Amino acid sequence: MRESMEFDVVIVGAGPSGLSSAIRLKQLNADLNVCVLEKGSEVGAHILSGAVVEPRALEELFENWQELGAPLNTPVSKDQVFLLKDGQLSKELPHALVPNSMRNDGNYIVSLGNLCRWLAEQAEGLGVEVFPGFAAAEILYHDDGSVKGVATGDMGVSASGEQLSTYMEGMELHAKYTVFSEGCRGHLGKQLIKKFALDSGADPQHYALGIKELWQIPAEKHQPGLVLHGAGWPLEEASGGFFLYHGDNQQVVVGLIVDLNYKNPWLSPYEEFQRLKHHPVIAQYLEGGERVSYGARAITKGGWNALPTMSMPGAMLIGCDAGTLNVAKIKGTHTAMKSGMLAAEAMAKVFADASLPLGETFNELFDRSWLRSELYGTRNFAPAMHKFGTFWGGAFNFIDQNILGGRMPVTLHDTSLDHAQMANASASPKIDYPKPDGKLSFDRLSSVFLSNTNHEEDQPCHLTLADSSIPTGSNLEKFAEPAQRYCPAGVYEIIEQTDGPKFQINAQNCLHCKTCDIKDPAQNITWVTPEGTGGPNYPNM
Amino acid sequence: MKILVGVKRVIDYNVKVRVKADNSDVDLSNTKMAINPFCEIAVEEAIRLKEAGIASEVIAVSVGTSACQEQLRTALALGADRAILVESDAAVEPLNVAKAFAKVMEQEQADLVILGKQSIDSDNNQVGQMLAALTKRPQGTFASKVDVEGQSVAVTREIDGGLRTVKLALPAIVTTDLRLNEPRFAKLPDIMKAKRKPLDTTSFADLGVKAKQHIQLDKVEAPAARQGGVKVASVDELIQKLKDEAKVI
Repeated sequence: MRESMEFDVVIVGAGPSGLSSAIRLKQLNADLNVCVLEKGSEVGAHILSGAVVEPRALEELFENWQELGAPLNTPVSKDQVFLLKDGQLSKELPHALVPNSMRNDGNYIVSLGNLCRWLAEQAEGLGVEVFPGFAAAEILYHDDGSVKGVATGDMGVSASGEQLSTYMEGMELHAKYTVFSEGCRGHLGKQLIKKFALDSGADPQHYALGIKELWQIPAEKHQPGLVLHGAGWPLEEASGGFFLYHGDNQQVVVGLIVDLNYKNPWLSPYEEFQRLKHHPVIAQYLEGGERVSYGARAITKGGWNALPTMSMPGAMLIGCDAGTLNVAKIKGTHTAMKSGMLAAEAMAKVFADASLPLGETFNELFDRSWLRSELYGTRNFAPAMHKFGTFWGGAFNFIDQNILGGRMPVTLHDTSLDHAQMANASASPKIDYPKPDGKLSFDRLSSVFLSNTNHEEDQPCHLTLADSSIPTGSNLEKFAEPAQRYCPAGVYEIIEQTDGPKFQINAQNCLHCKTCDIKDPAQNITWVTPEGTGGPNYPNM
Repeated sequence: MKILVGVKRVIDYNVKVRVKADNSDVDLSNTKMAINPFCEIAVEEAIRLKEAGIASEVIAVSVGTSACQEQLRTALALGADRAILVESDAAVEPLNVAKAFAKVMEQEQADLVILGKQSIDSDNNQVGQMLAALTKRPQGTFASKVDVEGQSVAVTREIDGGLRTVKLALPAIVTTDLRLNEPRFAKLPDIMKAKRKPLDTTSFADLGVKAKQHIQLDKVEAPAARQGGVKVASVDELIQKLKDEAKVI
């Protein structure tokens, strides 16, 4: 029998939604016993986002957030949108033609990692127990099928499954309500969606992969508050876009978001990003600078149409674990926070009056919230881009967002599955990526080095295969095993040996981005939690 | 028997160290900090002595800013009974740390002090030896085995080319090497309990220690970046390059 602990609410994942939920619970009822589990070595270690943040939800959580020292230090001062025509040319979109949802007046350039660290301090100040270094590895159920809590993973287990001298059995955390806020494609959230059929009636979920770097640049090039977005080159075989934000302390962040419904198996999001940085629009800021950090994370972007039911018996699914990101704004922090706060408000009501049903109580609060109207109003944005392409989709979105305010009387659906889009390698053009120059562009391994990622070496592999013959079988034959290219951390390799190809999984490099779990055409790879504290140690990402 | 263990807050061993642009120091902004691995081994050894019924109390001691409380709480979660922070915002120097430990050792009437042999940030390897000199007590450094027998402690030391076992009269100072033990993981309930364990804060002034600055940090430089290799077309070209460019033959 594993040891167990009892709580009123257990929250899985110390990101913006989970921490906002914990804080709101304690604000509404200080007597509640609330705990937050976080698999990273510290809060913020696994957090990666652009990020330009809209402070709306934060203002509702803490009216005096500025006084309390929330790390929103750089207001957006200038907003630019570019269309990159090729490796040299670009066109800046006139401000009047930018969809309203993509304008950033009143928003802040932040490090979401630092914002989460601050939120965790506030939560602890209110009496929330925050436990970094502990991964929720397993969902526990009552006999009636409702969620009972979670169990943390065992520590000190060898690669072959034996107990080492440091072995420590996982613990059960039981709660009246368990809140899952693991971020995009949470491995427990995925199980819950399936078990409770939370996505019945919703469109299939859609995903993107975001790759990001943090740079220290020369003072004369730094313009705090400057925000650049753009699309076009180098993405020819996929949709997506780039961002470049000038934060504080002479730092800029640059990143590329690649939609994971791309078809060409030769595409490498990592290398698309590396060559993007050579475009003059980007290179003008990075040249002479130093790269400080690197990371990647998948993004849930299906929006309103793909949003699953967020409550189930004994549990709630919030933030990007459910998919509350507003894709038209390319922002998910304020919506994730709001979803956590609404979940907390619903739970607090049910704690006060046990006769209330959690699901209906939450739905009522949700339906009356700005979160609902924001997600509903932008429901067509991504499907329009997918259906009509960048130009006509963009025109549709301009009319919908700027003239009709999101009230276009139709709803577009995108019912395709991201992983099913891959075309045969033999029928797809190979992409010739330039070699990295070591100044603006770099190889995968020197990038992974900067993510400070580490996993205890002697532990079971946390990237599991349902069928170990697929990578070197059908995946290799049809798609030249695309995991070698879509993984931004070089985890997967096909090694040619005398007795044939071998599929090697370098699990130690893993950045916990979840792309393999999403994009494998055979849906053969399942990401599970490694030993707690394993994974990247991002600074202010 | 009372044991004091040293706990230093250092940059996490997983984090890539960056030098500040002006070379004045290592850049610690936004970096993950952790308990020094050698100190973690010291904490583990002390807890094992307590579990074996040899030690009655384990006190974790740190010198540094208030942020060091985080690492002291970790030591408490691992099993230390209480903690003392000698709070100081100034750079921590080995001699001052040793002086502070000497005072705490005297106040607490500690029988054994277990310290990491060095910290992974400054790599000084000095505090244990200085503390032994200041308190005029015996020292067993680089320990890979510690056996307390009555009023003495047998310490097996890792030395060049072998092991040397010394027997020290208590009170004594021991510094830990890597192979002494493998530290445990903290358990969730113990982390919660650790929040309520006593953590006292004191200062150099309260201890009567003049924390004079003896060391001035002039400059920190990153190792030179490795130059990329080149492919040569022939053995002759290789020989020519080794002669003319590398100048090694």
